[in-house]
Amino acid sequence: MRHLLRAGDLSWDEATLVLDTTRELAQVSDRSVKKLPTLRGRTVVNLFYEDSTRTRTSFELAAKRLSADVINFSAKGSSVSKGEGLKDTALTLQAMGADGVVIRHDSSGAARRLATWIDGSVLNAGDGMHEHPTQALLDAYTMRERLGRLEGLRVAIVGDILHSRVARSNVWLLATLGAEVTLVAPPTLVPVSVSTWPCAVSYDLEAVLPKTDVVMMLRVQAERMQAAFFPTAREYSRRYGLDGDRFALLPDHAIVMHPGPMVRGMEISAEVADSPRSTITEQVANGVSVRMAVLYLLLGGSEPAFGN
Amino acid sequence: MSTTDNARVIRGARILGGEPADILVRGGVIAGFDAEAETAARAGTEVIDAHGLFALPGLVDLHTHLREPGREDAETVTSGSKAAAMGGYTAVHAMANTDPVADTAGVVEQVWRLGRDAGYCHVQPVGAVTHNLDGTHLAELGAMADSLADVRVFSDDGKCVSDPLLMRRALEYVKAFGGVVAQHAQEPRLTEHAQMNEGVVSDRLGLTGWPAVAEEAIIARDCLLAEHVGSRLHICHVSTKGSVQILRWAKSRGCDVTAEVTPHHLLLTEELAESYDPIYKVNPPLRTAEDVHALREALAEGTIDCVATDHAPHPVEAKEAEWSNAAMGMLGLETALSVVQHTMVDTGLLDWPALADRMSATPARIGRLPGQGRPLAVGEPANITLYDAGAAREIDPAAMVSKSANTPYGSMTLPGRVVATFLRGVPTVLDGKMQ
Repeated sequence: MRHLLRAGDLSWDEATLVLDTTRELAQVSDRSVKKLPTLRGRTVVNLFYEDSTRTRTSFELAAKRLSADVINFSAKGSSVSKGEGLKDTALTLQAMGADGVVIRHDSSGAARRLATWIDGSVLNAGDGMHEHPTQALLDAYTMRERLGRLEGLRVAIVGDILHSRVARSNVWLLATLGAEVTLVAPPTLVPVSVSTWPCAVSYDLEAVLPKTDVVMMLRVQAERMQAAFFPTAREYSRRYGLDGDRFALLPDHAIVMHPGPMVRGMEISAEVADSPRSTITEQVANGVSVRMAVLYLLLGGSEPAFGN
Repeated sequence: MSTTDNARVIRGARILGGEPADILVRGGVIAGFDAEAETAARAGTEVIDAHGLFALPGLVDLHTHLREPGREDAETVTSGSKAAAMGGYTAVHAMANTDPVADTAGVVEQVWRLGRDAGYCHVQPVGAVTHNLDGTHLAELGAMADSLADVRVFSDDGKCVSDPLLMRRALEYVKAFGGVVAQHAQEPRLTEHAQMNEGVVSDRLGLTGWPAVAEEAIIARDCLLAEHVGSRLHICHVSTKGSVQILRWAKSRGCDVTAEVTPHHLLLTEELAESYDPIYKVNPPLRTAEDVHALREALAEGTIDCVATDHAPHPVEAKEAEWSNAAMGMLGLETALSVVQHTMVDTGLLDWPALADRMSATPARIGRLPGQGRPLAVGEPANITLYDAGAAREIDPAAMVSKSANTPYGSMTLPGRVVATFLRGVPTVLDGKMQ
């Protein structure tokens, strides 16, 4: 069977197929009866080792709109909390006949490990600091819908790059799709080998903003301060936060994105988050459509349409 | 006569890869060569045909985890010393990070006695530097040195003695009985939550990096400390190019430092982590091809003195997990000689006498281990490994003699095969099978 483990594995053709399929399926969400019979009789398991109501709900809704049977398996209060390992959980789900497993896990590579133990499709819904491919796909879809293209689009990703699976997925997917990515962060929050990544790096947000079509703000956990990644939350906010003054440096057509959850007043000010050029709630809506597309392409036919 | 004094003639073995010779083993020592061996053979002494095989001095490992007491599900002194014999070893140094920790005379004597009773190789306990490996209080090093186990190597391996003052005191203290402190060089703050070598691969995989500097900074500090107090320092499992440069510099200053490299750091690189298969998760982590190259050169020139396996058995479930939740470490005893042949001899970096130096004589000297690592000469203990360097074998994890199967070489084909191992004249392995 085939899986979606990382956005970086997708070819231009495969990624474009997901985005085109998303567009078709998005129309379902506009109907009064928001349901297709496509995955009737198929079972999708949401296996969530991290609390993430947003992502789990998005996948659940996507699977239900395609008429799949959905089982939510959260680590808390299950056999996992009694010490069961990932492999045994995988074998249990396998025995229950799961056609697809959506996994969220705090260990990088957990989705890949799961894929070695089960026959069904594995869909990575975020693994540690590694990747979150559907987030990058929904981000790319949102950019394409708003700005009409991805090729040559100038995208600034701002914040805690080092610990971010969203950044990793976006850097590689956007590079595949022809966008020009610039990472903006204090040097402590950028990986040491970032010069080998298919993107540019800047430590100066104000210098980057005027040459940016899309600015994507990442959440910065205040706890990072304890590990000396930056001196104080206030200093971080002053140097790398997107406030009204910095927002004004963007070209008029530029959009502001955030994968959520946001920390208003830290990386983004309320006035920017609530601006009409902010796509934050649109991203949530698009998330459902993208996940429908991915589930459809992985589980819908007799042979998966893409993936490895 | 041949039954009572365990006499055997090893016929046609090429000692250290030289011309074929016959070796007479009697009473646990090498009693003579060609003429004496021929006489004994005619008198009916058992003859072992070793034509085409190399005779090497029994290998000595400075760094083995036997897991007993405490983790007998992974390995025991008996199963680990069998694995050692299977790999051509006649002596292993059993690391102290057991449960309970080998930090008292009682525990080291227990391990020593278990090894002696098993009888597959000499099991030499390593004593912990600090009480319960806590890094803050010295263990009773003198009591362990004076015990039946005769401990000379002290190590908190698995943990770094990171407190510089404590390290200084340990180095000073062991001078009283000719001991050596074997340091696991890993600056703890720089490696919090570290999962693999920090660099291109860790950044892409989203695994917390383990920078080379965390190893190198400790090595530099400890070389300076050892020099200052005039003591003997040994560096465990050197893994980076920078460490090699520091060791070269320290030795040139006259610092009494020795170092070991593991077989896996001579062969494997960090790209293997891309599978997220924790069979490749190890401490220190697999590094880059550039590091591997530097380690091989250093072992060839002697900047790194010896090979040590860091044999680290783990039960299946400890490795069948997500990378960050899996245990660190890999098996080494049964594949070490093949890996060193492959990386050092077949590449032209070492000849067979030099290999014997790096895997037998030098580790025995560093460990102050009498009767091990001796030349194959008349009157010397008959610790002998017969090795078929021309063989090739596919490594089968399930076929390991070790109680565990966590070898990283599964399904790889490696050169060479240990045909026989003699411990003080008694075969522990014969025809490639445990005796």
